[in-house]
Amino acid sequence: MGEMIVSELTQAAHEFARGFARFLPRLIVLVIIALVGWFFAYILELVVRSILRLIKFDRLSENAGASQLLAKATLPPSSELLSRFVFWVTWLGFILIGVNALGIFGLQEQIANFFLFLPRLFVAIFLLFIGLLAASFFSRAVLLAAVNANLPSPRLLSIAIRAIIVIFALSMAFEELGVAHQTMLVAFGIAFGATMLGLAIAFGMGGKELAQQFLERRFVHRNTEGENEDELSPL
Amino acid sequence: MSHEVSTQERSAPLPGDLKSVEETFLSDEFLRQLISVGEIDILVGLPTHNDAKTIGSVIAAIQDGILQWFPRERAAIINTDAGSRDGTPELVVSASINDLRRRASNRHALRTLHSISTQYGPSVEQGTALRTILAAAELLRARACVVLSPQSTTIKPEWLPALLSPIYKDDFDLVLPTYARHKFEGLLITNLLYPMTRALYGLRIHEPYAQEFAFSGRLGSVFVSQNSWSEDAARAGSQVRLVLGAIAGGFRVSQSFLGTKPHVERHAADLVPALRQTIGNLFLSMESHFSFWSTKTGCQPVPSTGPEQEFTLDTLRVNRKRLHEMFCSGVSQLESVFQSILSADTLRELQNLARLGENDFRYPAELWVRTVYEFAAAHHQAVISRDHIVQALAPLFRGRAFTFLTENRYSSTSEVEGSIESLCLEFERLKPYLLEIWNAKK
Repeated sequence: MGEMIVSELTQAAHEFARGFARFLPRLIVLVIIALVGWFFAYILELVVRSILRLIKFDRLSENAGASQLLAKATLPPSSELLSRFVFWVTWLGFILIGVNALGIFGLQEQIANFFLFLPRLFVAIFLLFIGLLAASFFSRAVLLAAVNANLPSPRLLSIAIRAIIVIFALSMAFEELGVAHQTMLVAFGIAFGATMLGLAIAFGMGGKELAQQFLERRFVHRNTEGENEDELSPL
Repeated sequence: MSHEVSTQERSAPLPGDLKSVEETFLSDEFLRQLISVGEIDILVGLPTHNDAKTIGSVIAAIQDGILQWFPRERAAIINTDAGSRDGTPELVVSASINDLRRRASNRHALRTLHSISTQYGPSVEQGTALRTILAAAELLRARACVVLSPQSTTIKPEWLPALLSPIYKDDFDLVLPTYARHKFEGLLITNLLYPMTRALYGLRIHEPYAQEFAFSGRLGSVFVSQNSWSEDAARAGSQVRLVLGAIAGGFRVSQSFLGTKPHVERHAADLVPALRQTIGNLFLSMESHFSFWSTKTGCQPVPSTGPEQEFTLDTLRVNRKRLHEMFCSGVSQLESVFQSILSADTLRELQNLARLGENDFRYPAELWVRTVYEFAAAHHQAVISRDHIVQALAPLFRGRAFTFLTENRYSSTSEVEGSIESLCLEFERLKPYLLEIWNAKK
């Protein structure tokens, strides 16, 4: 009985030793891949950071309004954030390749899914950034045009334009990520429709006189005192 | 006859001596007409857009001027039309020199005066119009080229010799006009473009942006080949860049007095396009001419025929209240935009100004110059869209215009001249500040 137990234990120890001997090289491979990956990710981070500084990405981000959002969330500047993101995604990718080398059953499919998801994540971030950039540009353009045309509430118009474009960009980004597809579609429809309805009601209720003035200026040629006064030729 | 300007391939090859980079920009039909004209001495450029009401008198003045002062020269009128719907191009092309002979039987042309029209569009693009005229002048090897405004109701035949003779006889390359104008007309010129150009480029050119001017074939060829003709340039026009390029390129510039500049009624919305055409182009030129203007100190007078500037003092109703209102609302509404462009001190001073009532409001020259220089540096550094920077200047200019109107309400001609002169000196005095902020990081 005692001998049997010792024999089983010895056999189990041998199997564990054999298993560990088989596993150890893979683990070493994982560690080596992770170390190489860390080095590669670090180099890539430096390269990306340099490129972003060279193309003045922080200024672009500031123009897009992204820097302000990051500052409010006490996050680092956008070029720093993006280069760190590249570092972590690259290193994580290498670690997952190493884990894949361990040959653990069921994990390989999940790792493949992760790599398939990466391009979509990048596209979503890109869409969001372009959306913020477009929102900033067009809202500023509307603000300037409204101020120079002496329209009432230029800032409100500008904010409305920004909100519409940001909502649109967010919905596109989530659509790309495939996150809560139906929810996002419905949410976008409701938000966009509500904004438009709100603007229409606001214009109808609050801007009744404005609409009247606009239509009168457009279609009725009246000679009021102000209109008779010269606008000086700047040139 | 009118012809679309297109980028189509040329169907028939041009003679070798007429080949140029610009030929692909012009339509086949327009090129064929230019070839049929052959070489000329004088080219008269007429950029038009729905100017049927005034074009007749302008054409008559041109014909009269050529018959009287250049009867032996080979001349052509080149009309670049922005898609007129009132038959302007047809009026230009159908106007025959025989009409003038009928009116003044004692005048005889020794040469045929060709009239050619080409159309681009559908919107007005001053840069495209000037480029077409420059390309035509180069292809026809014109010795001198004069560009006239089709809206000049005060045009006289004498304008042609006034603008062309310095080029034709005295070997100048660019002739700009000076006018007699109301003391409150052209405030963008007198309060910004003239003093800043003078401080930067060192020449007292009173009308750096003119509707009527003349240039030599030599200058035209250099400008058409060296200038960038982007879509933005096509819209914003290139006249100011032609003038500044001529100064920086060492071409000989002179001024000729043309008499009274007619009063043109404008709308508040006209200010932004005017800023793009003038200040936008000045800011752009500062990029390429940095080595020239950064080393320039002081200023020199320009050889001139007639008075350099003349002001009239007629009564003119001006809505000053609206200027003040638009300045105040602009400073308040555009705070986020100004934060990207202006220094904190300048913005604070402007915000303090915007709190003042009409009676106390004064936009001092020193602050105005500092504002403009900070805009120029922001434009150079492209802190936001460059077009937005130019647009953002509009409400501030209105504030400066209000101050100029208030300060010079009862001023005599000499007092107005003194006021503009002191502003010019302020621009010159603060030039080191511009150089300091030009390359500084925001």
